[in-house]
Amino acid sequence: MPRSAALSEPAAGRAADRAGHRAPASRVWLRHPPLALGALITVALAAIALLSLVWTPVSPARMQIAFRLQAPLARGLLGTDQFGRDVLSMLMAGAWNSLSIAASAVAIGTAIGTLAGVAGAARRGLIEAALMRGCDVLFAVPPILSAMMLDAFLGPGRRGAIVAIAVFMVPVFARVTGSAARQIWARDYILAARGAGKGATLITIEHVLPNIANPIIVQVAIQLGLAILTEAGLSFLGLGMPPPTPTWGRMLADAQTYLGVAPWLAIVPGCAIVVTVLGFNLLGDGLRDLLDPRAGGRRGLSLPALEPPQTPDRGAP
Amino acid sequence: MTTMPLLQIDNLSVTMMPPGAAPVPILSDVSLTLDKGATLGIVGESGSGKSMLSLAIMGLLPPTARAAGTIALNGRQLLTLPESAWCRIRGRRIGMIFQEPMTALNPAMRIGDQIAEGIIWHRGVARAVARRAAIDLLDQVRIPDAKRRAASYPHEMSGGQRQRVGIAIALALQPDLMIADEPTTALDVTVQAEILDILDELVRERGMALIIISHDLGVIARAAHRTIVMYAGTGMEAGPTVALLRDPRHPYTTGLLAAMPRRRPGVGSGPGSRLATIPGTVPGFADMPAGCRFAGRCARQTGACREATPAWRLFGSDGGRGVRCLHAQLDAAEPDRPEPDRVMPL
Amino acid sequence: MTAAPLLEIRGMTHDYAGRAGFGRGPALRALDNVSLSIDAGTIFGLVGESGCGKSTLARLVMALDRPSAGTVRFDGEDLFALSAAALKRKRRAFQMVFQDPFGSLDPRQTVERIVAEPLHVLETRPSRDEQRERVAAMLDSVGLHRDAATLYPHQFSGGQRQRIAIARALITEPRLVVADEAVSALDLSVQAQVLNLLLDLRETRGVTFLFISHNLGAVDCIADRIGVMYRGRLVESGPAHAVFEHPHHPYTRLLLEAEPDIARIGPPPHRSQPQTRSLSPPAVGVPSPACAFAPRCPLVTDRCRIERPELRTLVPGRDVACHHAETMRAAFSRPTQPDAEFVP
Repeated sequence: MPRSAALSEPAAGRAADRAGHRAPASRVWLRHPPLALGALITVALAAIALLSLVWTPVSPARMQIAFRLQAPLARGLLGTDQFGRDVLSMLMAGAWNSLSIAASAVAIGTAIGTLAGVAGAARRGLIEAALMRGCDVLFAVPPILSAMMLDAFLGPGRRGAIVAIAVFMVPVFARVTGSAARQIWARDYILAARGAGKGATLITIEHVLPNIANPIIVQVAIQLGLAILTEAGLSFLGLGMPPPTPTWGRMLADAQTYLGVAPWLAIVPGCAIVVTVLGFNLLGDGLRDLLDPRAGGRRGLSLPALEPPQTPDRGAP
Repeated sequence: MTTMPLLQIDNLSVTMMPPGAAPVPILSDVSLTLDKGATLGIVGESGSGKSMLSLAIMGLLPPTARAAGTIALNGRQLLTLPESAWCRIRGRRIGMIFQEPMTALNPAMRIGDQIAEGIIWHRGVARAVARRAAIDLLDQVRIPDAKRRAASYPHEMSGGQRQRVGIAIALALQPDLMIADEPTTALDVTVQAEILDILDELVRERGMALIIISHDLGVIARAAHRTIVMYAGTGMEAGPTVALLRDPRHPYTTGLLAAMPRRRPGVGSGPGSRLATIPGTVPGFADMPAGCRFAGRCARQTGACREATPAWRLFGSDGGRGVRCLHAQLDAAEPDRPEPDRVMPL
Repeated sequence: MTAAPLLEIRGMTHDYAGRAGFGRGPALRALDNVSLSIDAGTIFGLVGESGCGKSTLARLVMALDRPSAGTVRFDGEDLFALSAAALKRKRRAFQMVFQDPFGSLDPRQTVERIVAEPLHVLETRPSRDEQRERVAAMLDSVGLHRDAATLYPHQFSGGQRQRIAIARALITEPRLVVADEAVSALDLSVQAQVLNLLLDLRETRGVTFLFISHNLGAVDCIADRIGVMYRGRLVESGPAHAVFEHPHHPYTRLLLEAEPDIARIGPPPHRSQPQTRSLSPPAVGVPSPACAFAPRCPLVTDRCRIERPELRTLVPGRDVACHHAETMRAAFSRPTQPDAEFVP
């Protein structure tokens, strides 16, 4: 059924419910340049990270003291560091480390947080209160502190960094999904499902999760950016992945000493972090606009609140 | 004798110009006049454009909208005014009452101060004077114990009381014209009756003009001297409320009256009795049929209805009625026509 | 065999806990000792203003909440005495239609999934083909095209969505359908279509309806019997036309007078100084010995302030909860439709 242009928008409040039926993909990119840019950066980074697993210009661990602190283009595209390692290669390998840690942490955080959020919304009362207070406690622990404790506990490495960041992500997702799920639980179609004898678990799977997918997706993109930053912060402090594994945070930390003679050592990983975080944030904001027309208002013309909730007929069967 | 009407709208059209999409006409060729001290009812279903009409009068059209035609308030053209001039007219000349007063009230401010604020802003009087005026206004909208209630916050009041405060705020600047958009839709019937009483009294005692927009024919019958029936963005029929309801000439008006579920003394609701209906649904603005917009749902349509939009034809003894239908009879109304039977026993 | 009512509600009381966030919130009494019964094949109209407890009653009848006290007997069985599994099986016999045709359909599901949802209660789930066929037949009978099954709710207008909701309520062939403000959000021309549909379904399928609405006109058009609720209590019940033409409770009369009607053009002539009785917001739900309507009642006497009137049978079929019901019966025996006009 062709939807006749934008005017068939019903009241804006309903609009969030109607995702999933959109303009053709090609037009989406044109109408949302930030989304396109964010997606481009994200895909490019993921490609570079994956590429680093099989190929880098030079092995990122190979030291050539003879060629130490070479400026960009003098040796290699981005120069060398104080041990003569190729900065571009380290950057590529670091991309894999940063992205994989961030993605794993966000995946764990999303899974546990979403579960806690929807469970709390489904079982109101004591369980919800306990879950939410638990989240408050987690929120109060700074990720650096928990990373230091986990480092001591699990030993330094990928696992400690992932867990430390994930711990920090769980309450974020629990909150976002919890409040979104509570709104869905207040809808009449949930009552209808209960009237059809469906239990809380089934209702959560069939009605709640599909309807809160949008805010979760948006949050994932935004939190990925935050996770990259946190990971960089951790390795800057010497927590997380142990040397000689290259990470962006440690590249920054090591560059401090040579800031005067080799500023590119700091600029390059710094730019990498900025571009990555920017990419994820653009992606997140773009998705929010795309999935929730209320925030963007870019989906053509809408007629919010001009008429009561009824919509003019849009030609039905 | 020509006295200038307070509000005169001629051939108003509003078209939405969404960027990168085809223009969508919302209102086309709407004309109406409103005198001082009179109440005009605008009745229509959703998608009739009645709210867009009120926004146009208030100068609150969305930026993508283009208006053509004229809106004159006391003879002054409004559509061509710059925004700064609009701000002076809104509030001082035109007041607005909303459907859900809670959205129009500041939840963190005492209601007395909210009313006083507008008075200070527009009239430049001292705070103490404005406060006293606010209490007077609360009294006029029949809030008991106004002095004490002025110190309440909006959430401490019932829906009906909040609507009274909304009226008081609109009244504070002594506007010539008040626009009430579905002012009682969110209220219970007993509270609705009280709000309508208050509006009545204000029109009568202050000589203010009132436009009341509603989907409820009963409210219109209760409150409006004159009524315009809107459908799909244009006026279908207009006239004195009594004449319009007792002797409708447009098939849409007739259909609406027949479809209204009403109490029917003495009529059984036994098996078989059904309400009259209008088949189909209101067309969307983007796919308006050519010719008469009601043609697709009309029992009296002929080929001619599809060819061109019927003209707005005036009739009645003093030209007081208008109708947009090729088939409408324009002869004088029969004086004591009995109320048409609204039940269709099958 | 005596014809037992299909639905019998006895002494239903329901309290909502006070707002926990602010502590010590007193319980809110949403329903107070409500009893009513509905015969099979009839339409029972329940009217009242917002907050009178009519929606709470609907949820209890649907066994979506448990009442604080009282019983709901459906077809002779006490719903709240049933096991969870038995209640689930029983649900096929009673379904609900909601007010908001936009909020009551899951925007992420196709019409087929929405309409088929209550089939979940059946012991043996129908096959996919069977389900498709049943949904298509159901859509047919509510006046929608069967191709609608593959579409999403946003592709329909309000009236069509309400038809989808009605199709969902009817797919298990229930004996009782609770319609909570089912036509209130619809445009006038569409409202009549849906009301007629309900009447058709009563005739062709013998469905019993509990039709809840604040619109007296709509109730009068379709209900056989009505109940009037005020602040959690049933204050009057009886045959629809009899109650509307000769109300025996002052509140019913107030409602009837306040309801705007196109037959009454212009302001009511008898009230030069409109009442301000309802102005102070009532302290909701606090149990008190007085008649809840006393502060607004024109007939109020001292007795009303100390003794709450219980629902009693005035004449067979007419129940009223008012000390002055006899006065009302005698004094206002004329129809409540003063045909007043004004000259513009």
